[in-house]
Amino acid sequence: MATKIPVLELQSVDKSFGPIDVLHDISLQVNEGEVLCLLGDNGAGKSTLIKTLAGVHKPTRGKILMNGQETTFATPREAAERGIATVHQFGGTFPLMSIGRSFFVGVEPTKGWGPFKVYDRKRANEIAVNAVQSFGITRIDDGDRLVGGLSGGERQALAIARAVHFGAKVLILDEPTAALGVKQAAHVLRIVNEAKRRGLAVIFITHQVMHAMAVGDHFAVLIRGAIAADFRKGERTREEITDLMAGGETMADLEVQIDSQLAAQTDHALSRA
Amino acid sequence: MNMKMGHFLRRPEAGSIISLVAVVAFYVIFGGVDLVNMMGAASWVNFAANLGIVAIPVGLLMIAGELDISIGAMIPAGSMTTAVLSGHFGLPIAVGMIGAIGFGVLVGLVNGFLTVRTTVPSLIITLGTLVAAQGIVLSASVLLTGNASVALDAPGWAKFLFGQLIGGSHQIIILWWVVLAVVLAFVVHKSRFGNWIFAMGGDRVSARNAGIPTDRMTIMLFVLSATAATFVGMCQAILFNSAQVSGGMNFIFNTIVSVVVGGVLLTGGFGSVIGICFGTLTFAIVSQGIYFTDIDRNWSNLIIGVTLMIAVALNESFRKLALGAVSKTKKVTG
Repeated sequence: MATKIPVLELQSVDKSFGPIDVLHDISLQVNEGEVLCLLGDNGAGKSTLIKTLAGVHKPTRGKILMNGQETTFATPREAAERGIATVHQFGGTFPLMSIGRSFFVGVEPTKGWGPFKVYDRKRANEIAVNAVQSFGITRIDDGDRLVGGLSGGERQALAIARAVHFGAKVLILDEPTAALGVKQAAHVLRIVNEAKRRGLAVIFITHQVMHAMAVGDHFAVLIRGAIAADFRKGERTREEITDLMAGGETMADLEVQIDSQLAAQTDHALSRA
Repeated sequence: MNMKMGHFLRRPEAGSIISLVAVVAFYVIFGGVDLVNMMGAASWVNFAANLGIVAIPVGLLMIAGELDISIGAMIPAGSMTTAVLSGHFGLPIAVGMIGAIGFGVLVGLVNGFLTVRTTVPSLIITLGTLVAAQGIVLSASVLLTGNASVALDAPGWAKFLFGQLIGGSHQIIILWWVVLAVVLAFVVHKSRFGNWIFAMGGDRVSARNAGIPTDRMTIMLFVLSATAATFVGMCQAILFNSAQVSGGMNFIFNTIVSVVVGGVLLTGGFGSVIGICFGTLTFAIVSQGIYFTDIDRNWSNLIIGVTLMIAVALNESFRKLALGAVSKTKKVTG
């Protein structure tokens, strides 16, 4: 395993906006056919980290390596062309477009000749529907349906299927399960596993430890812009991970604190009565 | 049949078609309109054609998430450019026509470049160019001709193509409207460019990341709307043998009403060319058809306002329907 060259690797990356340091000394690697879970509470620097991976931000210091070669992404588009695809929390970003049309946005298949080249709706719908169904979402069977009418899980599936269809090698999933119910989240996790099975390197950002543990091979906990822990599957328990995310303070400590606060308030109220 | 109805209601133009039927029915029932008489009349068709040529490009801009109100100044600008060049200075009509279209291209480029280069909303940018273009047209006209109204005598071929009255009543511009609608309907709904326009209105950043030349598309759409407006002005000058500095401002609100009644989403990403055409027809029938009724014409603005609100409410609910649409066409076969 150690000899394998990671698809994407960060070496001691710092990112600061003016005087504010957001990321500090981040080193990460993700291999093909593996899921790297990035865990962190709100404000831990997860968004900045994925934007750095996706070419939106450039690191202030440190290196990004792709397949072992040092690289820089001038634009998000360049990163996308190199095979880094980001799927956001709400999946499809064109709610009022049909499944087929949004799947092929910018690369529409056409038929016909010269100025009469027309968008090939039938073919686009067919390819899009097949791509989504191959991820196990068989309920999507009509490419004319509007993306906005799909459930949250189906939208994620569509976005992931699209990324895979267009040759993504690294899939960055930004909180894909955050806004979903239990059943929908399970759908998405199954799709993540399918992407992994197909040999993609998946970076899965979440603050739900349960979801991370269901699919992750490798975990990194981010606290205040630095990696607080880096471990592989089975090396930590759920409680330990939750404690890490809460910033070292154990949940038990937190509970005690909240209890004593509540008690103090009740005392106060009683003494006033 | 039920299925077909459902499909129809989910299309962007559904609200506008229903509004059109409702308005005509209202006039027939409460206004005592002789339907045959009204349908045969030229006034509302002429009105619709002049408005419609501008409304389609303005609607496309709205689908792409932008707005152009400078068209209010571009219509008199088009007619004045034609009349000053070919009427006052006696240059060939072709020069005046090229001048009018050229002025449209120029203002469209300014609108487009300012929109893609700055973060100022296009409403404000085109408000600026609206007032600025009015200023240019008025002062240039007074400076060059000493007058705010200029006569023009167009030669036969120009009259035939742009200023003819078919059957003595229907302006030739109606045919231009039909041609424009057919061409743009093809581009928007059949070609890949159309998909780009919808994607831009849906989410500009994602559209750009997907490789769509959003800046170039935006500039092209602004050029299209400004030149469509100067084209209408040019046709009016050739038809009426004269041009005035004023006028055109009504077009701003009239196009927006037509486009919104036509089912275009004000925030972009949804709409259709046929819907815009039906929206324009609805508007034209309300405002011009009232002369065929027993209703006092002062009420027409009230009817327009109510039609607008009803149409928007209909469009809103049909859009919800479209979003929730699960295809029931496929039978469950084991």
